[in-house]
Amino acid sequence: MQLRANKMTTLSKLKPGESGVVNQVKAGNGYDPDLMEMGLMNGTLVRMVKCAPLGDPMEICVRGYHLVLRKKQAEAIFIEK
Amino acid sequence: MIMKTDLQTKSQPQEINVALVGNPNCGKTTVFNLLTGLKQKIGNYPGVTVEKKTGQLTLDNGTSVNLHDLPGLYSMIPKSRDDGLTIDVLTGNSEYLSGLDLVIAVADAGNLPRNLYLITQVVELGMPVIVVLNMMDTVAAVGTEINIEKLSALLDAPVIPVIGRKGVGGDAIKKEIAKQISSQAKISQAALSTESQFAEAAGDLGRFIAKNYPVNSKTAQAEACRILSSEKALQAWLARPSNRGSAPQLAQVVADARANLDKQNISWEMHETASRYRWVDAICQAAVTHQKAENERNFSERLDLILTNRFAGPLIFLALFTTIFQSIFSWAELPMAAIESGVAWVGLQVTHFLPDGILQDLIVEGAIAGVGSILVFLPQIMFLFFFLSLLEDSGYMARTAFLLDRFMRAVGLNGRSVIPLLSSFACAIPGIMATRTILNSRDRITTIMIAPLMSCSARLPVYALMIGVFIPPVTIFGFFTLPGLVLLSMYLVGIVVAIGVALVLSRFNRDDREASTFIMELPPYRRPSLKWTSLQMWERAKIFITDAGKIIFAMSIVLWFLANFPKPDNEEVSASVAIKHSFAGRLGHAIEPAIEPLGFDWKMGVGLITSFAAREVMVSAMATIYNVEGADETSMSLREAMKNDRHPETGAPIYTPLTAISLMVFFVLACQCMSTVAVVKRETNSWRWPIAMIVYMTALAYVGSFLVFQGGKLLGFG
Repeated sequence: MQLRANKMTTLSKLKPGESGVVNQVKAGNGYDPDLMEMGLMNGTLVRMVKCAPLGDPMEICVRGYHLVLRKKQAEAIFIEK
Repeated sequence: MIMKTDLQTKSQPQEINVALVGNPNCGKTTVFNLLTGLKQKIGNYPGVTVEKKTGQLTLDNGTSVNLHDLPGLYSMIPKSRDDGLTIDVLTGNSEYLSGLDLVIAVADAGNLPRNLYLITQVVELGMPVIVVLNMMDTVAAVGTEINIEKLSALLDAPVIPVIGRKGVGGDAIKKEIAKQISSQAKISQAALSTESQFAEAAGDLGRFIAKNYPVNSKTAQAEACRILSSEKALQAWLARPSNRGSAPQLAQVVADARANLDKQNISWEMHETASRYRWVDAICQAAVTHQKAENERNFSERLDLILTNRFAGPLIFLALFTTIFQSIFSWAELPMAAIESGVAWVGLQVTHFLPDGILQDLIVEGAIAGVGSILVFLPQIMFLFFFLSLLEDSGYMARTAFLLDRFMRAVGLNGRSVIPLLSSFACAIPGIMATRTILNSRDRITTIMIAPLMSCSARLPVYALMIGVFIPPVTIFGFFTLPGLVLLSMYLVGIVVAIGVALVLSRFNRDDREASTFIMELPPYRRPSLKWTSLQMWERAKIFITDAGKIIFAMSIVLWFLANFPKPDNEEVSASVAIKHSFAGRLGHAIEPAIEPLGFDWKMGVGLITSFAAREVMVSAMATIYNVEGADETSMSLREAMKNDRHPETGAPIYTPLTAISLMVFFVLACQCMSTVAVVKRETNSWRWPIAMIVYMTALAYVGSFLVFQGGKLLGFG
C-alpha cells in the first residue's frame, strides 16, 4: 500500500474539472445505497463537471457517464485528489 | 433442453411472453419500437400508475410473441413503484404478468459499466436472457471496440449488437428470440462471486428460500443475495402476500446472517454492490478496448458549456419555453377553431334530421357539445406533447431538472417537477400527464395537486371578459396598462398559492431522506426521431380521448340536463326565464346566500356551477342567462348587459371592478375543470386525490374571493 500524503476532501468541495478517487462513502446518515448502485463507491474515479446555475445540484462524471446529485449528498463522499 | 422458469404457471401454454428491461435512457423504447413497429398498446397496470406497454411481433416461423416493455430501472433493488413492478414481473411475483418465457435485457453500449450492473443481475435470474447492446454507432464513433463474443462468453448469454435508431439489428434479435423460446433455450450460469463469508451467508439463505418457496436454486440464490444486502429488497420480499406465511422465519434468518457478517467486519450493505462492480469492471476490461481517454470532454459536455451555463443556461431555458408556449397558443388556435366550427356544423346537420324537442336537444346540446368540449383540447395537447417528447428524447429535459432543482427544492419539490408545471400554463391535463417522469411518488403527487393552480388557457376567456368590462385601460408608468397588470397578477396569484400549497403538502408525508436526495442521470444529447415523437404524441391524444373523454362526456350530459330541466310550463318563454326555472337556475338561487359574501349574485352562481365542467363554459352560460345569443368574450352586447345590470331593489350596479377581481381570483384558485379531475383520477388510480383536489381548491377559491371582496369593501373599493 502506498502512503502518499494525498489531499483528502469531499466530493462537494471539488472544483469544476478536478478529479479524484472515492476514498470513503461515509456510513450512517449520508450513506446512500442508491448512489453506490449508480457506480459511486470506494476506488471509483470521479470528475467534477459543474454546478447548476443556482449552485446546487452538481454534475459529475463517473464510469463514463454523467450523474447529478445534490451537494448535501456529495458531502458524505470523501475524495482523494 | 427445455427450460421453463418453474415459478410461474402459464394459463395459456401457446402464448409467448417476452419482457424488455434495461436502464432508463438505454434506448429500450427504440428497441421496443424496432421489434413491434406500430403494433403496440399503451395502458396502465391495474391498481398502479405504472404505464403498461405491450406490443406484438411475429417471428420468421410465424410464431406470435407478446413483448412487454417494463419500466426502466438501474438495479434489482426497488426504489420506486415502477421499479418494484419490473422486479416483480422478472422474479415471477407479478399478479399482472406471469409466465415469462424470455427476458431481453437492453444495454447502452456507450455506457457499458453502469448498464452491465443491471444486466448481470438479470442474467442471474435463472431464465433465458438475450442481451441487446444498443447504440453501437455511438461506440464506434469514439473508437471504442466491444468484443461481442467475449462479452457473450463472460455473461454466458447471447449478445446482439444493434443500432435501434437506425433500425439495424431487429432481425438478429428476432432470430435469437426464436432460438431462445425453442428447445435451444439457454440459462446463463454466470454468477456473482463474493467473499467466502458473504457467499456462505447468501448460500444458506438461498437454500432456505429454495426449500420453502417454489423457485429454482439459481433464482433463490440471486434473490438471497439481494435480500441479504438491501433492507428495501427484504421489505419488498416480506410484503408479498405469497411470502407472508414464513416471513417471520425468513426475517430471523436474514437478521442472524447480517449480524454474523457484521461480526466479521463485512458490510452486508455494501458488499454485493462492490463485488458486482468488480465483476462488471473485470468484464469491461476483458471485452472493451478504449481508444480515447474516458475523461475527455465529449460532444454533450461541450454543448452543455452553453446550455447549462450559469448565465446563458437560464436565458436559453426561458427563451425556449416562451417560444414553445407561444407556438402552442398560436398554432393550436386554428385547429381549435376548426374543431369548434366542425362540431357546430355536425350539430346543425343533426337538427335537420331530428325533429325539435328533447331528443334533439340532448343530442345536439348535450352529446355533441360534450364531445366538442373534449376534442377542442386536442390540438394543444398534441402540440405540447410533441414538443415535450422532442425535448425528452433529445436529452434537454434532464437539463431543465438540473437547472432548476435548487429552486424547486425550496418549495419541497425536485427538478423533475419543472416541465409538468410549465406545461400546466397551457393546460393542466398534459401537465399532469407529464408528471410520469417524476420518480419520487410523493413529489409526483404534490406536483399533480398544484398543477391546476397554474393559470391555463381556459381561464383566459373569463379573464378577458372580466377585465374587458370592468378594468379601465389606464396606463401606468407610461408603458404598463392596468388591464395587463391585472392579467399578470392573476398568473402570479396562482403561482404564489401553488408554492404555498406545495410547502404545506411536503410538510405532511415528509420523508427526510427522500426529501434531501436527488440522483439523476444526465444522458448524452441525442437527435430525436420525428417518427416516434409523432407516435408518442398520438398515443397521448388517444389516452386523453378514451379515458378522460368518457367522464367529460358523461358530465356534459348531466350539466345539459341540469340547465334544461324542468322545462317551464310555457314553451314560449325566453332562454333566460327558462334557465332561471331549471335545476341549474334553482341551484344558482340556492347557493346565492353562500356566494353573496364574495360579491356574486345568482346569475354568476349559475355561471359558476356550469364552469365546474370547464372554465370557459362560464362565458357562454352568462351569455345564455343574459339572453344574448352567440356572444363570446369579445362581444359588446354581453359586456354592455353585464355593465348595466342593476340590483332589483337598490338599483346599484351588480358588477363592480371589485366583483370582477373577486370572480377572477375565484377562477384562478377553483378546480373548475372536469377533464383535470378525470386525468388526476386516471393518473393516480384513485378517487382520493381528485376529491382532495376539488375540496382544497374550492375552499381556497372561496376564501380567496371572500378576502378580496370583503377586504376591498373595507378599504372603500367597490
